[in-house]
Amino acid sequence: MYRYDDIDRQMVAARVAEFRDQVTRRLSGDLDEEHFRPLRLMNGLYLQLHAYMLRIAIPYGTLAARQLRKLADIARRYDRGYGHFTTRQNIQFNWIKLEEAPDILAELATVDMHSIQTSGNCIRNISSDQYAGASADEVEDPRPWAELMRQWSSFHPEFSWLPRKFKIAVIATDADRAAMRWHDIGVQLVRRDGQLGFRVYVGGGMGRTPLIAPLINDFVPAGQILSYFEAALRVYNRYGRRDNLFKARIKILVHELGAERYAAEVAEEFLVTSQLGIDPPAAEIARIRSFFAPPLFEEGLPESIDRTDPDFAHWAARQVRAHKAPGYAIVNISLKAPGAIPGDASADQMEAIAELAERYSFGELRVTHSQNLVLPHVRIIDLPAVWAGLQAAGLAHANLGLASDIIACPGLDYCTLANARSIPLAQKLGVRLAPREEELGDLKIKISGCINACGHHHAGHIGILGVDRKGVESYQLLLGGSGEEDASAATILGPGFSEDGVVEAVAAVTDVYLAERHEGERLLDTWRRLGAAPFKAAVYGGAND
Amino acid sequence: MVKLLTGNRLHCGQVIWWKGDGWSTSFSHAVGLAPEDGEAIRQRVAADEMINDLALIDAEEVDGRLRPLRIRERIRSYGPTVRPDLAHAGQDYR
Repeated sequence: MYRYDDIDRQMVAARVAEFRDQVTRRLSGDLDEEHFRPLRLMNGLYLQLHAYMLRIAIPYGTLAARQLRKLADIARRYDRGYGHFTTRQNIQFNWIKLEEAPDILAELATVDMHSIQTSGNCIRNISSDQYAGASADEVEDPRPWAELMRQWSSFHPEFSWLPRKFKIAVIATDADRAAMRWHDIGVQLVRRDGQLGFRVYVGGGMGRTPLIAPLINDFVPAGQILSYFEAALRVYNRYGRRDNLFKARIKILVHELGAERYAAEVAEEFLVTSQLGIDPPAAEIARIRSFFAPPLFEEGLPESIDRTDPDFAHWAARQVRAHKAPGYAIVNISLKAPGAIPGDASADQMEAIAELAERYSFGELRVTHSQNLVLPHVRIIDLPAVWAGLQAAGLAHANLGLASDIIACPGLDYCTLANARSIPLAQKLGVRLAPREEELGDLKIKISGCINACGHHHAGHIGILGVDRKGVESYQLLLGGSGEEDASAATILGPGFSEDGVVEAVAAVTDVYLAERHEGERLLDTWRRLGAAPFKAAVYGGAND
Repeated sequence: MVKLLTGNRLHCGQVIWWKGDGWSTSFSHAVGLAPEDGEAIRQRVAADEMINDLALIDAEEVDGRLRPLRIRERIRSYGPTVRPDLAHAGQDYR
């Protein structure tokens, strides 16, 4: 994986020193909050309901074991012994003290980590496929390109003050495991006539106005992707609605201009940007690629394993995915045991996972946008040992992609923007649905505590949005969303519910699915085939909540 | 209905409540204020710039105890409802 060079280290060290000085001036009263707030946000430091929250970037979700150990150390020394993995493949700590934040950033710098551009109207952490470099179906590992984009977007002077925040996702497979088309820019690495390039989608996003990004360019040569991005962002910077916060995302611009006209504007600008020398020379791309060279996979390893232990077999069938190297497997670690807090991991668990990564996965880990973790390169013969290690850490739950594998934002338990709690609802739903989740099959439930949609409710087969109804938490139920290659926006089924009411409503929706499904259909497919009517009848047909 | 004055300490972000002669981290020490009195204190404290997100919130008195009207403020007074081990003992968010 990528290791900082001297320039990276100097940039991060300078930023830590700068922020230390800013914090000192704020605490001494030389700097008021109005001027300090944007500075701390640029360093990922938010003030939430109970304390400061620090959001730390995990570029394209790739994490080294030594980095996870450092995060565990920070959780113990500076927080309250746990962290929260987010839908942007980042981690957040919830109990940070402002006076200690510069020390934490200095600690992070020792393991090539930072919190730069995890907030503010800039290009945020680049996200990617958690199986990158391990899955057999990818064109090539997308992470060198994501790293190139990270370097290009870090402290980019022209794009540090965009109309609104900006999110980019990079994938290299037809299967979309990164909600790519829900991003401001989503790109898919493809090969055409032997040439590597990107299929470029622009103008997706969740929030108040859910939109799926349309295709803007079917093939941009890979070596020119930065100058194409530069053109795409220049058009946004020029025409984006800075006058209206709710219309400032690029999705609104693309939607209002129309994809065709936006693409034409970008094409015209690209004539200029492609001549500016923005694109890296082949040698630089090769240099970055070298950091992502596959580990030295052993050859001749056994490709099957004894599955006579039914518990192990159940876990392996659910949590293990095929690897591109014979004799290896991808292991998914669930942070979603029913009743647990989605995405939370204790310091002890982080250290246990780091230990497993060091022993069995070349010291490498991934964070998924579904708030789980991945050991990307595990020998198949080591799976029982990994399973045993996960069991010891309370992390061997087998529910990947099932009903209790719920995405939930921090909600009103932590977040100052939230209208309602998300986590308790996820806990109740997980416990309620877990006994029949194998029968329900692939089911994505996603919960947001407010319209900002950090819990991706628009992309849930079942989505739940928390709202404030006259000071009382209320929940809207949405059906029919997808964050995968068949991306679609969920639609609201009807009037909202109380917390217990929405649990019953979800149960009723699953009953309809089980009664009506055709062979091989997911709940999403049954919804698409039947429409809202039978689900509405089941949910609202009797006494409304 | 009464007002409560609350905010977060600058240096650590901790939730604090106005107790009449200063601040407390315990909601049980909070005192109800008339709106105009609360506003006067808020303005005085705001000038110091050492408390963030200073706000006068609505509360009611139930069985002799103050209770914020909004669930958001009740959670602030308690802590994350999903981590009772980190919450303020004796406090109730319901």
